[in-house]
Amino acid sequence: MPAETNLPTNVEAATPEGLERSRAARAALKQVETEPGAKKPDPIVIADNITRTFGGLTAVDVEHVEIQRGVITALIGPNGAGKTTFFNLLTGFDRPDTGSWSFNGTSLNKVPAYKVARMGMVRTFQLTKVLAKLTVLENMRVGATRQRGESFFSAMFAPLWRAEEEANTEKANHLLERFLLIKKREDFAGELSGGQRKLLEMARALMADPELVMLDEPMAGVNPALKQSLLGHVKSLRDEGRTVLFVEHDMDMVRDISDWVIVMAQGKVIAEGPPDSVMGDQRVIDAYLGAHHDTALTFEEEERILAEAEKELEEEAESND
Amino acid sequence: MDFVSLFGDSIQQAIGPTAIVYALAAIGLNIQFGYTGLLNFGQAAFMAVGGYTMAAFVSTWGLSFWLGIVAGLGLTAVLALLLGIPTLRLRADYLAIVTIAAAEIVRQVVGSVSLKDWFGGQDGLQEFSDTFRSYNPFSDRIEVGTLVAWSANDAWVMLVGWTLVLLCCLMTWLLVRSPWGRVLKSIREDEDAVRSLGKNVYSYKMQSLMLGGMFGALAGFCVALRSAAINPSMFATDVTFFAYTVLLIGGAARVLGPVVGSIIFWFLITFLDLFFSQATNPSSGPLIPPSIMTETQASLMRFIFLGLALMLLMIFRPQGIFGDRKELAIDAR
Repeated sequence: MPAETNLPTNVEAATPEGLERSRAARAALKQVETEPGAKKPDPIVIADNITRTFGGLTAVDVEHVEIQRGVITALIGPNGAGKTTFFNLLTGFDRPDTGSWSFNGTSLNKVPAYKVARMGMVRTFQLTKVLAKLTVLENMRVGATRQRGESFFSAMFAPLWRAEEEANTEKANHLLERFLLIKKREDFAGELSGGQRKLLEMARALMADPELVMLDEPMAGVNPALKQSLLGHVKSLRDEGRTVLFVEHDMDMVRDISDWVIVMAQGKVIAEGPPDSVMGDQRVIDAYLGAHHDTALTFEEEERILAEAEKELEEEAESND
Repeated sequence: MDFVSLFGDSIQQAIGPTAIVYALAAIGLNIQFGYTGLLNFGQAAFMAVGGYTMAAFVSTWGLSFWLGIVAGLGLTAVLALLLGIPTLRLRADYLAIVTIAAAEIVRQVVGSVSLKDWFGGQDGLQEFSDTFRSYNPFSDRIEVGTLVAWSANDAWVMLVGWTLVLLCCLMTWLLVRSPWGRVLKSIREDEDAVRSLGKNVYSYKMQSLMLGGMFGALAGFCVALRSAAINPSMFATDVTFFAYTVLLIGGAARVLGPVVGSIIFWFLITFLDLFFSQATNPSSGPLIPPSIMTETQASLMRFIFLGLALMLLMIFRPQGIFGDRKELAIDAR
């Protein structure tokens, strides 16, 4: 398991129970066979026969996949593999053509996105969605679920929701501190840099106290230094006992922090396993680089290709004259 | 040039019943457009449904005035539901198209010949204001100095109207500072983000549309009661666009924006109208010679200048009077 790299994680976030649980969950993963659709000892999400087509294109065609509770699972694959679409399907932002999937044993078929989030499965977006004209603190407060002051009639009577609001503000302050945004508390979210937006989105998702955090390309468009810090934050989520599923297409990022990797290509799950075994998998290399990349070209072959290309160029030049 | 009547009449309009009507309509639009980002281009329909329900209850069916008020508010809520159910799941532009069409449908229906028995066709309805006027505490004209004066009926409409405006502003203020209002503002910023945080966006948009529509119904009541008559021409499409202008002048997403916007709008429009009609009046030795502008042309000048003023406002102060420039600049990133 490569998860014990010394990255700057926020130790305060980790709870003893959380650490214990995630350690046990990771240990349990060792027994899992590394085949697509492998059964996990303690799955939090189970998906079966999920398909989604856009016109003639089958974007997602997943036969069976399970996500282990308490670990960091990475969903990787080349561009256009259907990772984000699969993500949207799981979180209720899109509807699959067929299939069934469940969270903690509850079926999520036809459950709208907002209810999925309330169940404890909160996602972020590839292109960050901060609420630009709200302050950072207000962004955080929106994140809390089941607020009394969010119903129309009690909204008008502040005493009904003031205590709750204070508790949420307290919680938001702690999270902002942890995600290094406390100095930006009163700024508009629209003024934050790209990396800070990623942090804010992650922190905001935590306001809902999710059991499963789903991050859609958390490292996209972030500078290398911040990438390290973001990796630390993702790890800290696991260390406080949450399950993390994240989409990424950069394999190096994945190697550092994930406990389990699921590889998608052309809508299908093609491989699964701990990062090291997946990186060496022939199917994965083929998916990323194209098949037959490793048959080295012989000298004769090279000559032949060169000659062909030259001939083509000449013909083109002639026809242009 | 008679400056006393010029300013007097302008002020009279600026705080008179018309300004109240547009302030109320714009408060509704402020909830929908300013806070939630819903493009309702059919505020006139909500006003018409409110006003006509109240008027028809009293003068056509002989029911109580208060019942008419309650039914008017109720039916605008129903109209909001009808318009919202098919469109609020779609992109914002669809609501705009549907509401602008609905406004025309409502206006054509209440003015139609086949429903003349109910709504009085193009002549509309009268004789529904007795109950309202029976509560009028004023018996004489109300004069403030020599500058402005209102009839007893107008004064009563104004007393009730401004009270309503104040109450609506209070309600808006209470709502937008609450977590409920925060969800509305978040929806305006990014719907999907709000959905991902466990809020039922559809329901919030519906609540916003209904609440804004009901503020529109209040404006409809005021339109009808102030002239003790109601007819389809009072609810033409330009009513909605004037209300939007009012909102933008004051500043969208500001509690008092619509009120200040309405006062400024009606002051300017009356002032410009009177100024140009006096300046071109042939009997008093015109300030502007007829070769440049005749009296008939002068009546159109107010809209030209208002349009110009609106353009300048959008260029130099796009956030309106009350808006926060810093907040607006975020869009330009």
